[in-house]
Amino acid sequence: MLRVEKLKVGGLPPLSFEVAKGECMSIEGPSGSGKTRLLRAIADLDDAPGYVFLEGVERREMPAPQWRRQVRYLAAEPGWWAATPREHFPASVDRGKLGRLLDSVGLEDSLLDQPIGQLSTGERLRLALVRGLIDEPRVLLLDEPTGALDQQSRALVDELIRFQLLADRVVLLVSHDSVEIERLADQRLQLGDTGRGVSSAQPAVNGSAK
Amino acid sequence: MNYVALSWLDLAAAAVLIIINGVLSFTLRLGLERSIAIAALRMLVQLGAIGFVLKFIFDQSSPLVTAAFALVMVGVAGHEALARQEARIGGWAAYGIGAGTLFCVGLVATVYSMTVIIGPEPWYDPRYLLPILGMILGNSLTGVALVLNAVTQAARRERAAIEARLALGETRFEATSGVIVHAVKTGMMPILNAMAAAGVVTLPGMMTGQILAGVDPVEAAKYQIMIMFVISAATALGVMLAAIGGAWLITDSRHRLRLELLQLV
Repeated sequence: MLRVEKLKVGGLPPLSFEVAKGECMSIEGPSGSGKTRLLRAIADLDDAPGYVFLEGVERREMPAPQWRRQVRYLAAEPGWWAATPREHFPASVDRGKLGRLLDSVGLEDSLLDQPIGQLSTGERLRLALVRGLIDEPRVLLLDEPTGALDQQSRALVDELIRFQLLADRVVLLVSHDSVEIERLADQRLQLGDTGRGVSSAQPAVNGSAK
Repeated sequence: MNYVALSWLDLAAAAVLIIINGVLSFTLRLGLERSIAIAALRMLVQLGAIGFVLKFIFDQSSPLVTAAFALVMVGVAGHEALARQEARIGGWAAYGIGAGTLFCVGLVATVYSMTVIIGPEPWYDPRYLLPILGMILGNSLTGVALVLNAVTQAARRERAAIEARLALGETRFEATSGVIVHAVKTGMMPILNAMAAAGVVTLPGMMTGQILAGVDPVEAAKYQIMIMFVISAATALGVMLAAIGGAWLITDSRHRLRLELLQLV
């Protein structure tokens, strides 16, 4: 469903891989190896030579906003532009669905009307995940979605990611948590430590654990 | 109109004051005498020259000569708007946004003032047109410069928020709408303050000038009110155009934020 061909990101050699419907690929490598840049390039937030296809349609064949509504990048440090979380959701949002999503990551509805600045890092990270999932994009590019979370929230978020895979979404997951990777990933992409070293896509050892 | 014309001797008497400044600086070792001399000489040459240039243009009263001088004014204003930026985008695009905005605003506001409001004969009478264009450009220039600066500063500060909105599928103008609104407010501040303070805290320059030239104070106030309306409307238009232009400059056609295009100066 998501096919990357000869994508040139930063100092990395051209990358090619394909991730099928309902599959998760982990992206691993030390800091500065280009994990975030790769996700940003796939979302077309940074310019990068090469091709990215979603069900055979290349990203440049459609306006960028339309592409990003289907191929959703979620930053490790989410940005906020209004006073409360609620203002970050469209007014027409399905309240029931929003409530269920919040519940699934262990957040109360009442959080929506508190000032952003008063929320904890973990709450903001989970709120950003809910914001990114509410309009049901088909590809999720998750940049350390559980990096700042405690054990319990981490399990909830992993469960939500697994649920997205069951709904035939594609997930690209940047994570430093090997347990999380083994639980979720069907493929693993290793980026070299200098940023230009070997990179390979290979089936995960426990790929079918889900 | 009755006013006391100044002779060259009168100017020399005024110059004595600045020479006293220079002598004071020298004896007190302030080290300012050189700067004072250069600034005073520049002022003398610039104002003297513009006096003769304007006299020439007014005597010609030709639409072509007037338009040519107006264009020079717009070009210099566009350059000034860019020179005041902390971070700028290289190349002609940024100059085009600044000068283009000032050109549109200057053209619309000046032609409207000359034809609909004042109505001299001929309508392009340079004695009215050039000072009015100058006031419009001077105020819009301040607004445009502030706006471009506010856009680039806010975009750098709000980078994460703008990119989050882009990632959610918003267009470049939706994602920068907060930045645009903030920049427009910043750009409108000086002219709003000037209107609020006019007549109470400050006596605007044009009104002062007209009163010195013998115009009835009520008539001078009417002219000043007209000008305030025109320049604030022109500034508002220029500020909005420049804010949208600024947002356009720091993003690309694939709706990406391109802060790396900014050069800090």
